[in-house]
Amino acid sequence: MNAIFKDDAVGRKIQVKWWSSRVAIYGALILWALICLFPIYWTLTTSFKLAPDVMRGNMIPFVDYTPKWKGWESLGLSPRLIGEVSTVREEFLKRFWNSTVVAISASTLAVMLGSLAAYGLSRFNYRFGFMRNSDISFFFLSQMILPPVVLALPFLVLYKSLDLLDSRIGLILLYTLMVLPIVIWIMRDQFQGIPVELEEAALVDGLGIWGAFLQIVLPIALPGMVAAFILSLVLCWNEYFFAALLTSTDAKTLPVMVASQTGSQGINWWSMAALSSAAILPLVIVAIFLEKYIIKGMAAGAVK
Amino acid sequence: MNTEGDLLHTVTADDIPESRKLTGRAMVWVTASFFLGLVSIQFAHESGWTEAGFENWRPVLLAYLLWATALCAAQVIVNGEKGKRTLFVLPAALFVISLVVFPLLFALYISFTDWNLASLDGAQPNGWDNMRQMWRDAFYWNALKNMAYYVAAVSVEYVIAFGLALLLNAQIRARKFFRVVFLLPLMLSPVAVSWMVGKSMLEVRFGPVSRLVREMGFEPSFFGTPEMARFMIMAMDAWTFIPFMMIMLLAGLQALPREVIEASKVDGASGWQSFKEVIFPLMLPVSVTAIVIRIIFKLKLADIIINVTSGGPGGATDSVTSFIFREYRDRSNVGYGTLLAMVYLVLIIIFITALLKLVSRWMERPA
Repeated sequence: MNAIFKDDAVGRKIQVKWWSSRVAIYGALILWALICLFPIYWTLTTSFKLAPDVMRGNMIPFVDYTPKWKGWESLGLSPRLIGEVSTVREEFLKRFWNSTVVAISASTLAVMLGSLAAYGLSRFNYRFGFMRNSDISFFFLSQMILPPVVLALPFLVLYKSLDLLDSRIGLILLYTLMVLPIVIWIMRDQFQGIPVELEEAALVDGLGIWGAFLQIVLPIALPGMVAAFILSLVLCWNEYFFAALLTSTDAKTLPVMVASQTGSQGINWWSMAALSSAAILPLVIVAIFLEKYIIKGMAAGAVK
Repeated sequence: MNTEGDLLHTVTADDIPESRKLTGRAMVWVTASFFLGLVSIQFAHESGWTEAGFENWRPVLLAYLLWATALCAAQVIVNGEKGKRTLFVLPAALFVISLVVFPLLFALYISFTDWNLASLDGAQPNGWDNMRQMWRDAFYWNALKNMAYYVAAVSVEYVIAFGLALLLNAQIRARKFFRVVFLLPLMLSPVAVSWMVGKSMLEVRFGPVSRLVREMGFEPSFFGTPEMARFMIMAMDAWTFIPFMMIMLLAGLQALPREVIEASKVDGASGWQSFKEVIFPLMLPVSVTAIVIRIIFKLKLADIIINVTSGGPGGATDSVTSFIFREYRDRSNVGYGTLLAMVYLVLIIIFITALLKLVSRWMERPA
């Protein structure tokens, strides 16, 4: 047996097997990467196309066709128009701003309320009437299965009488409600992973339970909170159903704007592509730079 | 969860004077009666009994917020240290109860009325009429049947997601790059996806996928037949949500004890054997969590359907949510639509409870 040089029949067989498994693995990886990336690539390139380019099915910019700013001009966001006053741009920026404000405030509120509740549930024993800790946890987590369609109409009526229809505050409250169970789910896991001895030491040193929570536990749990925040941000930014029903002019968010343009026949492909790209870009950037936190957040509940 | 005793013990000698307790209770009762007073004034105003009142119910909302704040503050004032503990959970509990329980009760009332936003009469209770109408509504049952198909599609998504998680867990280069790329679809809003993929790439004349299909010698028609349309919706939804399951499974794979897998290799198990006999059984708990959560998300499926097919052709792609959405928006038939939503909620609760029971019995551990 000449096992060191691995050039006998058995060694070659193993080598062939190893190489073929490499090829299969990378082939599959690249195939799926293409499936993931192609729609994004297609949308981005289409936003720089003109009608003939779309019809001819040109794919590669600068080779097949010359990129033009036509699509972005329809949003008022091209080098030529950026200095001028543009109503479409204002409309777009207003929607963009609405989405940003609603998503960030709702996520912040949810992380605040959810972290407190999760901490309480992971450290203390409660008794509200017949509800004990596990019942309270279940009550919070069970909100996850509540389909939005059940709440849509009551909220429509409620908001009408509260004058919250078509307002950002209304959407913020609803979105907070929507992501709260997920935040509690992630944060409960985070807090359970922090040893109680830390807080006990803090209590001995004279901090109250709130002091111990704010000064000792929160800094440790911060990465988990960021993960929960980003996951909430993604869900709120992309939410369409409630926004479509509860907003009309003032508080309309970006997804509603995108959807309202697709309905008509004879779509301007280039402008739709520009609009879609603008709607997805913020989160694509978030995904690229904060991928670690997103994965951490989703993994938190999965592995016990 | 721990069941007996606090995990974090606090020893406190709370000596709260009677007067302080009284102040706390008084705060709650005063604000509560203020809130109820405003409710009755506004109710009387709305019913036309009295002139005095507000333009809308917003002052009542503010009074409610005042009461909620007083209730939270009173916890500490009345109960001292114990109240400080309650304060962790109380805000979230109040928030969820006031935003879920009351609207649900209201929805229950609406669902037994004939309310149509287009009619001027407002809501009139009509007993079981909506229920009877639902019983005869073939489109609703069809939507429920579609939901069964959509939920069944989760199994295929699971297989693909597991495969991808295994690939990412293998010894590969550029792992971070692939992880980010595989995660990207999850970041995209379903509305944008429905345009990017559903309306543009699958467009029959110029879409790149249509071109590809034509190159291969077929005539592209993605939303012509019911089966094909349903499949395309499933595919788009899978495309956005496979990363979600993939990441949960990947986290599970990375948490597996290395020794067990190495031991199976030492014992001479082939790759497939060690997957079938070791990795897959160890991954069951994570798999179940991922699948259950994915099903919960799947039951809310609507955005893509509303934007790509609006339920067509002939209701073949309708999910329950998209069906009720059209019932609200196109027909303003809110009484009936709400009943459908409530029935759906009951069905979901039964289904999920049964699923969890089944899973926990099967796994022989409490869920």
